[in-house]
Amino acid sequence: MKARADTISSAPANPVRRPGRDSVHWVLISVAMLFAAVFLVLPLLNVFAQALAAGLGPYWRALADPDTLSAIRLTLIIAGLCVPLNAVFGVVASWAIAKFEFRGKAILLTLIDLPFSISPVVAGLLFVLLFGVNGLLGHWLQGHHVRILFALPGMVLATIFVTFPYVARELIPIMRSQGREQEEAALTLGAGGWKTFWHVTLPSVKWGLFYGIVLCNARAMGEFGAVSVVSGHIAGQTDTLPLRVEKLYNEFDPVAPFAVATLLALLAVATMLLKALLEWKTRHES
Amino acid sequence: MSIELKDVSKHFGRVPAVENISITVPEGELIALLGPSGSGKTTVLRLIAGLESPESGGIFVRGAQVNGLPVQKRNIGFVFQSYALFKHMTVLGNIAFGLKIKKWSSVRIQARVQDLTALLDLHGLLERYPHQLSGGQRQRVAIGRALAPGPDVLLMDEPFAAVDAQIRLELRQWLVRVHRELKLTILFVTHDQEEAMEVADRIIIFSKGRVEQIGTPQEVYEKPSNEFVARFVGVMNVLELEVRDGVARREELEFPAHGLADGQKMRIGFRPYAVQVSANPAAYRYQAVLSHTYFLGVMLRLEMELPSGLILRSRISKEDYARLGLADGHTVSFQIRFYRILSKEDEPLGAEVATAYEVPPHLGEGI
Repeated sequence: MKARADTISSAPANPVRRPGRDSVHWVLISVAMLFAAVFLVLPLLNVFAQALAAGLGPYWRALADPDTLSAIRLTLIIAGLCVPLNAVFGVVASWAIAKFEFRGKAILLTLIDLPFSISPVVAGLLFVLLFGVNGLLGHWLQGHHVRILFALPGMVLATIFVTFPYVARELIPIMRSQGREQEEAALTLGAGGWKTFWHVTLPSVKWGLFYGIVLCNARAMGEFGAVSVVSGHIAGQTDTLPLRVEKLYNEFDPVAPFAVATLLALLAVATMLLKALLEWKTRHES
Repeated sequence: MSIELKDVSKHFGRVPAVENISITVPEGELIALLGPSGSGKTTVLRLIAGLESPESGGIFVRGAQVNGLPVQKRNIGFVFQSYALFKHMTVLGNIAFGLKIKKWSSVRIQARVQDLTALLDLHGLLERYPHQLSGGQRQRVAIGRALAPGPDVLLMDEPFAAVDAQIRLELRQWLVRVHRELKLTILFVTHDQEEAMEVADRIIIFSKGRVEQIGTPQEVYEKPSNEFVARFVGVMNVLELEVRDGVARREELEFPAHGLADGQKMRIGFRPYAVQVSANPAAYRYQAVLSHTYFLGVMLRLEMELPSGLILRSRISKEDYARLGLADGHTVSFQIRFYRILSKEDEPLGAEVATAYEVPPHLGEGI
């Protein structure tokens, strides 16, 4: 009886937090926060500070430059083509991989990951080797007057290649965890394959799909390396936003490169906010 | 016949899931597919629904062969073990799904949903999402969704496995009531023999991808067709006997040799209720110590240890237990009133044999 009373009374004197834990705790948090602030937040703020250093007038003038407007248009066109294509591909590939067994599944999975492991510059070079004048298909293309390199088609292809994994990689784990039972239930209720896909499969992964699309879009608009190799840097024609920033920076313009960069920075911030919201949504739904 | 399987086989890789199964299910019956896990019960349901296709054999629903028919054209209701409710749809959306696919008018859908809401007691739940429901409610929604399009048969995979014991009992009663009301052919899979006995009109017993016996609960309990069924359905004492000096023996227990020669073996089985117990150690031929009493409710199960260490199980009502003044540790006497020869040198199951037993004046029947 006494022993039991002792243990009870000694409980508050024996703190749940071990000594020393608090200091470690705070040091780790501070280091992580400081690191993020110095390397991520400060540069971002600096971009805006530089862009607006000379006031709003020069800022707007830099953005209203015809070549910059053309770069904005081109970036939107490329993203507008790549993102839907990769979204469709991502949904189809993840559906096949998560729900069915077939030969070559492991190869398909590896191929989807390939763009993650290849340097974007090398990816761009692959297209040069394929479509360039001395490339595999170059001669044939020239004979038929088809321009791929240093034109929109080449840039779209390079961007598709680089942004290929984002939607599929996001959807595969979600689809795997959901299994096939909801779809089987839809089948027993009379729904055919397409109806099952539209009414059951797709709605149950919609937030994950949006999330993948947001990431894919951010990468498509921000891609530099692969696009740089295939674009040819023709001002007003084949410059995307990131290429335009580089060009302006190399021309020692004090405001314009930062002004254009703010657009990409805003895209990044919007992406992060959407990402956080969608992560919360997907967690909430499952 | 509502459902018929003829010589159906299905393998997964090299593992046979179902081997040469033939089953007929009459219209309007409530049938249990009973067997241990991995015995192929669920595969049979999935074959009927078309979620798996057989390697050989024919599957018929209401006389028509459905082998080549895709799932969505079979008009079969399926309740999954995990319910598989559409998570992004409300209860209403789930139940109406099959009706919308069939392009029913919204007026008809509304009427149908109302009927099912009453039948399934889903009042006030129609606007909720599956994650806002309890296990029993989800189960009822899954059943409602499967029933809504008016299927020819309803297939249920372990329908009560995932709910609490108390709700399980209610759901069983409810299923029997619904079945009586709808007169629908229902086939459900279970590994729980008690559940099968309580609910089903007839039971199909499975083991290792084969049908062991088809019969009413009473038939499979009282006339099991083999030892597997006898041991799987209900509790059974099983003894292996060896004939010596013209008597079949196991430790101190003796039985007639049934024509076997010395040195030959046979297996016998008897239900606990066949073992009659007396508190008077001299009342019957065999003595044992009452080693443990299990309180099962109205009936108690007695575990008795014989002097040789052999353990037998008996069954007694609570009233008789009290009247006889039994308690753990007491020495009792018992007799085995009847038994069944399970196998005799590889012969199939024999008929039940009654032993010559006496009815003591103070005890009578009832154990």
